[in-house]
Amino acid sequence: MELAAHIVSWILMGLGAAFLLIAGLGILRLPDVFTRMHAAGIGDTLGAGLILAGLMFQSGFSLITVKLVFVFILLFVTSPTATHALAKSALTGNVKPMLAEDLEDTPSKP
Amino acid sequence: MEPNTAVLAAITIAVIVVLSMALARAILGPTVYDRILAVNMIGTKTVVIIALVGFLDGRPDFLDIALLYALINFIGTIAVLKFLRYGDLGKASEDEGDI
Repeated sequence: MELAAHIVSWILMGLGAAFLLIAGLGILRLPDVFTRMHAAGIGDTLGAGLILAGLMFQSGFSLITVKLVFVFILLFVTSPTATHALAKSALTGNVKPMLAEDLEDTPSKP
Repeated sequence: MEPNTAVLAAITIAVIVVLSMALARAILGPTVYDRILAVNMIGTKTVVIIALVGFLDGRPDFLDIALLYALINFIGTIAVLKFLRYGDLGKASEDEGDI
């Protein structure tokens, strides 16, 4: 029974790590602030959330699980809020989103 | 090595790799918003690393620190963004609304 819970936890944590790696690639490779924000926002909520969910399977029903749920809810609410605030701040701070025609001029700018 | 310890260590190393990617973006820039985004991401990954290391050590009490770090990270990001926009942390929003 414990092994089954551990296997589920490993699968969830592996998925979470994969999402985090995709988000890391996105933040390095995508062309402008807004697309990078998109990658980072996904990785923050889904990647970190899956890893925390995996840890919940290891701790069982205890105070530790409650704390993990609190961290999860906090990340789930604050991370999109911070991303939204960042996007609005960047828009009012004269950063223009890159459009399709800009991409054709500079095909592989990191 | 126990299999669970190995998996936890592997996940922790993956998160550290992601952290170094975010650090590279924070150094590369080019705009200040890229750097803030990278710092925010580093903060989230730090929360995950604290939780993972707590389980690796067999001391999951570290989660209190992770909770606090998540709070400070969010407040810090919002504070830096507000400072960038208004040049003042205490000023209330006037006509354009808050950030």
